[in-house]
Amino acid sequence: MQGYFETGFPDIVDLTKLFTKQYPNVTWKIREDPFAVITQDAPLVMSSPNPPDLMRAPQISGLVKDHLIKNMDGYYKTFGWSKFPASDLAQLRVAPSGSPQGIGPLWAMGINYSMTGVFYNKAYAKKIGMTKPPATLAQLDADLAKAKAKGLLPVEQFNSAGNGGLIFPLQDLMADYNIKQYGSVANINKWVFDQPHATFNTPANLAATEHLDTWIKKGYFNSDANAVSYSTMMGRFEHGQGVFIFDGDWESGNFDTNFPGKYGFFLFPAITAGGKQAAMSAPLTYLIPAAAKHANCAAFFLNWVETNPAARALNVKEGGSNPGGPSSLPIPAVKPGTVTAQTLAAGKVVAADDGAMGFIANATGSIDAEGLTPAVQKLLGGQTTPSGVLQAVQSAYQQELSAP
Amino acid sequence: MNDLTRPSGAPHGAGAPRSHKERGAPRPRKGRGVPNRYWAFVAPALLAYAGFVLWPIVQTVRYSFYNWDGISTLQGAGLSNYRTVFTNGQLLGVIGHAFVLILYFSVIPIVLGLAVATAMRRFVSAKMSAVARVVLFLPQVVPLVAAGIAWNWMLSTTGAVDQILQKVGLGSLAHSWLGDFSTALPSVGIIGAWVLLGLCIVLLLAGMTKIESSLYEAAQLDGAGPLREFLSVTLPSIRQEIGVCVTVTVIAALSAFDIVYISTQGGPGNATMVPGLEIYQLAFYNRQMGLASALAVVLMVLVLVCILPIQWYVRRGSGDR
Repeated sequence: MQGYFETGFPDIVDLTKLFTKQYPNVTWKIREDPFAVITQDAPLVMSSPNPPDLMRAPQISGLVKDHLIKNMDGYYKTFGWSKFPASDLAQLRVAPSGSPQGIGPLWAMGINYSMTGVFYNKAYAKKIGMTKPPATLAQLDADLAKAKAKGLLPVEQFNSAGNGGLIFPLQDLMADYNIKQYGSVANINKWVFDQPHATFNTPANLAATEHLDTWIKKGYFNSDANAVSYSTMMGRFEHGQGVFIFDGDWESGNFDTNFPGKYGFFLFPAITAGGKQAAMSAPLTYLIPAAAKHANCAAFFLNWVETNPAARALNVKEGGSNPGGPSSLPIPAVKPGTVTAQTLAAGKVVAADDGAMGFIANATGSIDAEGLTPAVQKLLGGQTTPSGVLQAVQSAYQQELSAP
Repeated sequence: MNDLTRPSGAPHGAGAPRSHKERGAPRPRKGRGVPNRYWAFVAPALLAYAGFVLWPIVQTVRYSFYNWDGISTLQGAGLSNYRTVFTNGQLLGVIGHAFVLILYFSVIPIVLGLAVATAMRRFVSAKMSAVARVVLFLPQVVPLVAAGIAWNWMLSTTGAVDQILQKVGLGSLAHSWLGDFSTALPSVGIIGAWVLLGLCIVLLLAGMTKIESSLYEAAQLDGAGPLREFLSVTLPSIRQEIGVCVTVTVIAALSAFDIVYISTQGGPGNATMVPGLEIYQLAFYNRQMGLASALAVVLMVLVLVCILPIQWYVRRGSGDR
């Protein structure tokens, strides 16, 4: 089996090792690349004479359009994936023409259903008098202000080109204001799934971007965020810089293993106490290229990851996220009080509130590089307005979707 | 012919034409063309050039008239990709950035190179000069990716540049050089200047060593000071080398990619986006091969438009010498 995976996710590599232990007749040859490299190389790799059997690909609509991915509807029937929560698989469905997403055949499977939120440094939280996670957006605003007043950096943020991390708090705020104005995050998901007439330029998104702009103007982010990559941000946060980071549960395992008891996690708070909460909740997408030589084996592996108890336990321990699979299977137990326990509990809240959102950076193949990241970099640098951000992103989105 | 009338002992102009007889090369016989054995020598290089340079250029020009995502079938687009290049404000801005980089990639290394090479020729011993040449040429040897990473570290808020500024009491100037909209492009330019400075110094110094010392002695006897010597003897004598420096550095500025990709990836916003990187993004992120090809053709023409007059001017001047 040939695997092409994303750098920085050791769980998938360890899963292949565990699989080989259980099925010694299957061996793996694995290549790893960063997210940006996989995104740009995916079409070329998949159309090559010798494509991998299983690969990570964050954005699948363009690949579907070019007939590069194996349709998984057959495996869906064979392995009984109808027992999986339909919402888990929705983001993996795309119309055969490549648009819209969320409906149509199944083209990929998630290994870990990641979710975003806010990590915080417990020692600093104590310093600013944050005894429990903020219950409302106003409380989070107050905690950020207290951190600033205490001389601490409120948020350590990455936002370099190719790593537009300001999108994380932006989408969190968008969720809050969408829930406030429209009662749900459906409009955001419509946009992410390229549904007809979906627009980024809505009053709720404008309010969210304006809120983010106030955080920027109040100096809550590190001034060099536009030159800070994800790995630099993580290094700094782990070395005690920043009270909060906006990130995802893929770091839970890292915090539990390397910094036990030092960090906590909470879901981005709602505008009103007890209100619905939402989070970007995207599966780490793995697909089988149409020309893969061992497609059946790859599909068997995907099913095994989601259903085998040992695989699910490893997945939760290292991936720190919901392992997916049939609703009837329990989520493997984790040590209470750990960051992983907090993120898994948060996942239940999001599911109950129907607050799962696709990641806006995955809406189209180049929306992150061409639309979102330049726009939020300009917002951080004071080069554009909140309304300018929305217009620029929507324009890049329409341009890409209307391209022949 | 110039050669017959030139006083004995006068040096050849580097570009001065010389007869076949003088060069000792056999003249091809009339009517028989170039002998086959000559083609045998040329063929390997010619094939490589045709396969890896000419054919890709032809293909790029071809793709520029289509809409294509790199995988599916080609769709004719006429001149629409070129219209986009010349009417899209962002793409025009990107071309503008390339011209700003000429200031840093060409003007600074050549002006500084002239100053350093002159100082080395006049004041530095032969041994020291050799050491200095090696040290100054090192940036040219370092892979651009490594240079980009090193400069990225140095220009970060915790890097050497800000630390030095703080040590000398200029802490108020310290900031994120590559993350700030106003300093990102100049910072990228400085990295390019650092890379190209050594090459310019070595080229210019090589040119200066060819100048006969009698010319300087004559100028000194006529009462010329260092500045007059430089303007009347040094500069005209290294016209060819300056021409090479301008050509190489202008091409480096217009087709910059590695340094920008490693240090800023075109950000923040599009503040450091250059044509080379935009072509790459259009082709491999946006999967708009046609538009990327059109921009590549425009860039190639732009490079030729900038370089050919420089070459013509330098060659004409050499002929006059």
